[in-house]
Amino acid sequence: MKSLEELKAIRERMQGQVGMRSADSNQTRVVVGMATCGIASGARPVLNTLAQLVQEKGLKNVAVTQTGCIGLCQYEPIVEIYAPGKEKVTYIKMTPEKAKEVVEQHLERGLIVSKYTLQNVDL
Amino acid sequence: MYRTHVLVCGGTGCTAGGCEQVIAALESEVKKAGLDQEVCVVKTGCHGLCELGPVMIVYPDDILYVMVKPEDAAEIVQEHLLKGRPVSRLIYDESVTAEGVKSLNDTAFYSKQKRVALRNCGVIDPEKIDEYIARDGYQALGKVLTTMTPDEVIQTILDSGLRGRGGAGFPTGLKWKFACANRGQVEKYVCCNADEGDPGAFMDRSVLEGDPHVVLEAMAIAGYAIGANQGYIYVRAEYPIAVQRLKIAIDQAREYGLLGKNIFESGFDFDIDIRLGAGAFVCGEETALMTSIEGKRGEPRPRPPFPAVKGLFGKPTILNNVETWANIPQIILNGPEWFASMGTEKSKGTKVFALGGKINNTGLVEIPMGTTLRTIVEEIGGGIPNGKKFKAAQTGGPSGGCIPAEHLDVPIDYDNLIAIGSMMGSGGMIIMDEDNCMVDIAKFFLEFTVDESCGKCTPCRIGTRRMMEILEKITEGKGTLEDLDKLEKLCYHIKENSLCGLGQTAPNPVLSTLRYFRHEYVAHIVEKRCPAGVCKALLSYTIDPDKCRGCTVCVRACPAGAITGAVKKAHVIDQSKCVKCGACMDACKFGAISKK
Repeated sequence: MKSLEELKAIRERMQGQVGMRSADSNQTRVVVGMATCGIASGARPVLNTLAQLVQEKGLKNVAVTQTGCIGLCQYEPIVEIYAPGKEKVTYIKMTPEKAKEVVEQHLERGLIVSKYTLQNVDL
Repeated sequence: MYRTHVLVCGGTGCTAGGCEQVIAALESEVKKAGLDQEVCVVKTGCHGLCELGPVMIVYPDDILYVMVKPEDAAEIVQEHLLKGRPVSRLIYDESVTAEGVKSLNDTAFYSKQKRVALRNCGVIDPEKIDEYIARDGYQALGKVLTTMTPDEVIQTILDSGLRGRGGAGFPTGLKWKFACANRGQVEKYVCCNADEGDPGAFMDRSVLEGDPHVVLEAMAIAGYAIGANQGYIYVRAEYPIAVQRLKIAIDQAREYGLLGKNIFESGFDFDIDIRLGAGAFVCGEETALMTSIEGKRGEPRPRPPFPAVKGLFGKPTILNNVETWANIPQIILNGPEWFASMGTEKSKGTKVFALGGKINNTGLVEIPMGTTLRTIVEEIGGGIPNGKKFKAAQTGGPSGGCIPAEHLDVPIDYDNLIAIGSMMGSGGMIIMDEDNCMVDIAKFFLEFTVDESCGKCTPCRIGTRRMMEILEKITEGKGTLEDLDKLEKLCYHIKENSLCGLGQTAPNPVLSTLRYFRHEYVAHIVEKRCPAGVCKALLSYTIDPDKCRGCTVCVRACPAGAITGAVKKAHVIDQSKCVKCGACMDACKFGAISKK
């Protein structure tokens, strides 16, 4: 390494990965239902897409985690987003493509993608 | 890219608890579950909760598992990492509430802590330089080399108010300033004192094990500030994990060009080598340490000249302790005002303590200066086990003293500790309860200094031995009150006349216990009694004939054949044969045996 720029480049590249290692109660939590029902309906690629995009885009204060059965098995894969001080948003019947939209709209811009939420999807 | 990071502590405590096997089991289970592209298992440095090791944290869930065994790996992987259901039986109790699992930062152990020197310990993989860089590693060195003059660096450290964390508390910036004359004209050295020798202290080891690069970066910054091109880390050979990780770190830093020639194209060269200490306590004293690096027998020499003028190989040298170094990059990056905003008027920043003895949370804690001993013992430390009463805290190891309960509310900083007859020392803190005999404690530490005295000067070599003899007399019940006066006189004589810090501070454990617990000494001498029931020569075990059922268990338990008595008849202990081991008392099922 010869320059400070190269050092900064390594830092940027690594930060997305190491960044999640902190306990911060003030962060937005993206929770994917990963019980048997979720996994069977394809929650794992959704979880991995979310985790990957959040790290790639270097989104600060966003944690992607998983949880057990939420109880709405027929709507899996389910993704819930808990932002500090805001009401929970529940996205249902997710796919990796829909997840990408949620990251770009909801997490990056703060716009809820209402066409995928539990309240609005045509059941 | 991984969605989940599992950080398993790889410090010495958890290694002794079997973390290597836990890591291997986790890795194989992760692979078996097909999660190896999604979950990474990282071996980090110390998380602080050594009492509950092996410990591991799962991020981003922020869940701490304690006392994890290899057999638990399958459940953790299947339930938590795959299905998102944390394994509640292994979660750190303190973090579990009625509403669920709370953030670790909100637990009593962590909430009062402020991690500066330990900021990367338990967070990064110490064997990967990239993870250190991700946490702003080597940014401070970059900033210093590209935007600051050497004098500005020294001024920054001076302004921060940082004082040496090795124990004496000398202002670090001042030390650097003394060594900065004639830059570029004379050879100079930068040394790191990692010869942590106090019984019960392990914070330097933890920094080296958990964040070795921070020491390298800080030493390079100091090299630039005073005009030195070579650094030495003097580390105990008894710290094999620390030595290993330092070696890896130095190799990686050289490979990246962060050590070596022309760092960041600034024209500044700096390299670091490791020197292993063979375990002599006196080699932690600065002049003895440098003599030892030179390849000679580690003995101190008189000061002045101070190392800043004439140090290693007769050249100007600065020597700082591991924890001091660990603060430097953060001061450069966040500014001296940030650092000076923490702590008390004359002691800035934070201090790491190694908590040990009669305390629930044995482990490593870092607190802002000015935190009271009560907060450390009762809140962070979780109190005394088995509902016993706090008697004293010993700080500063064999150079320090005991702080009694009446001073629990004194804010901890360098000057306050000296005022109450102890000292900061390197940061060992041993908590004692009502079952500890203070005369015995003083004897324990003195025994250590008698062993470790290098023998060069008479007050320390012979004086400490004479003190030891008096203490032995007292604990055997043969002491007189005149002995106490003689002991005290000897203490002051040794303090004033010893050559180096070892001898000058060796009487401190005796002086401080005499100051606060004189009544215990008097009880040993006058009443021939050890109030805590520790000193064997003053103890006697007796059997209460009314409670004894004559079951003969004690007869069989006694290794000395001191107990006699027929079956179903009360037994008797022959005091002349009794070795006071207490085996009979442990064995008796009827509570018939008591000690006095």
